[in-house]
Amino acid sequence: MGRCNDRIALVTGGASGIGAAAARLLAAQGARVMIADRDAEKGVKVAREIGAAAQSVRLDVADAASWEAAVAATLEAFGGWTVLVNSAGILRHGSIESESLEDWRQIMEINVKGTWRGCKLAVAHMKEAGGSIVNLSSIAGIEAGSDLCAYSVSKGAVRLLTKSIALYCADRGWQVRCNSVHPGIIETPMLHTYFAEQPDPEAERAAWDQVMPLGIRGEPEDIGHMIVYLASDESRLVTGAEMVVDGGAMAR
Amino acid sequence: MSGRLKNKVALVTGGASGFGRASAIRLAEEGALVCVTDVNEAEGEATAAMLGNRGFFHRMDVTSDGDWTDTMRAVLGRYAKLDVLVNSAGVAAAQDNIEECDDAVWDFVMDVNLTGTYLGCRHAIAPMRRAGGGSIVNLASVLALKGEGGALAYCASKGGVRLLTKAVAVHCGHDKNGIRCNAICPGYMLTAMLYDFLDTLNDREGEHARLASMHALGRLGDADDVAQMVLFLASDESRFVTGTEMVVDGGFTAG
Repeated sequence: MGRCNDRIALVTGGASGIGAAAARLLAAQGARVMIADRDAEKGVKVAREIGAAAQSVRLDVADAASWEAAVAATLEAFGGWTVLVNSAGILRHGSIESESLEDWRQIMEINVKGTWRGCKLAVAHMKEAGGSIVNLSSIAGIEAGSDLCAYSVSKGAVRLLTKSIALYCADRGWQVRCNSVHPGIIETPMLHTYFAEQPDPEAERAAWDQVMPLGIRGEPEDIGHMIVYLASDESRLVTGAEMVVDGGAMAR
Repeated sequence: MSGRLKNKVALVTGGASGFGRASAIRLAEEGALVCVTDVNEAEGEATAAMLGNRGFFHRMDVTSDGDWTDTMRAVLGRYAKLDVLVNSAGVAAAQDNIEECDDAVWDFVMDVNLTGTYLGCRHAIAPMRRAGGGSIVNLASVLALKGEGGALAYCASKGGVRLLTKAVAVHCGHDKNGIRCNAICPGYMLTAMLYDFLDTLNDREGEHARLASMHALGRLGDADDVAQMVLFLASDESRFVTGTEMVVDGGFTAG
């Protein structure tokens, strides 16, 4: 009866924000879900809330062995793997002048290489029986922010990583689709932490709210609904696409 | 029926065939009441008949301002409100390249595809504002994003629809009227419009194969693929989505 019956999804960053919302909505549509997160304790909690359809595993997306273990845990728990949602990511303030090399490296390691690692494992597994990969990019991956240098670059990389994988799989006739989602400003712990770290959080918040013509704030579920669409067969013709969910921020 | 469009009233133009017919059916399946419009009465009535008691047909030429006024009156008279408008009516033409395209071809394509969509947005805003919001879904095309030599006016019209959509979205956002406006960019699809085009060619199969090879997935999708995205954009699942173009194209634009 669900839109994602028989789907087995591994959701990185699944213990909070967009990942947790995606996990809940996928499970509500019949999928079984592995919550993979660096915060194992929170992952257990989200899996428990969802119930029998979910389990959790600790995953550091920057670590190859951790990835292998998370995939093995998914196969062990559910007997297959058909959906990967790469939602783990970090956001840091920093311009080309202010940014440290250390920050740059860490953002690339988690946002880009972490996603790349997951995609590599997913393609290797899914090329036989098919699947859907959903990568979380950002509107900053299409239009850069001057104070979000490394972040914008990392999300731009995810956007084209996605298209390259989509073409590679399609060229070989594999039923593996790969798409990116580009959220605007979404009320997640990542965003709230970012605001809290600013010299004037209130002013920063107000400035960011101005960006969206729609005049409502985006919630993780708003992105989760798009992820459900991309995970389901409703999007069987969709690959290499970039889906913007941003309250109109990029329309002008 | 899982009711993703429960209690919604939708108007679908170009409902006699292709994306319009598939969208009308999908929206009704999910609980919407649907007014189907088209210039083709026989096939438009046929679509409405497929909806059972969840829809009706109303003849309309989308290029006529008067027809829009009349159609809105019919929808509001029957269902008392409007939540969703799907601007699906569209045409393609032969001899549509920069050297052969004459005034008649240009005007025909631009009138239906662009002016028709503009009129729809214009007429939908007032009733949607009264309903506390709504969703406008405009059918653009991958040819709003990439050029095709033999589709000059078509590319121009669909490129226009893409940015018309954004302008309407920004306007409605500033107006805080709760109306969202998005475009869908389908690839080449197996619809009556494509079959009509293929029928004009000597090498029908060759052209079909060539078009399929332009899509990474190596095949052409069908109207149902588009209808699923229409449904997403029409529903409250996309309440944070406005001013975007959603590509449903088998990877046509990915590389």
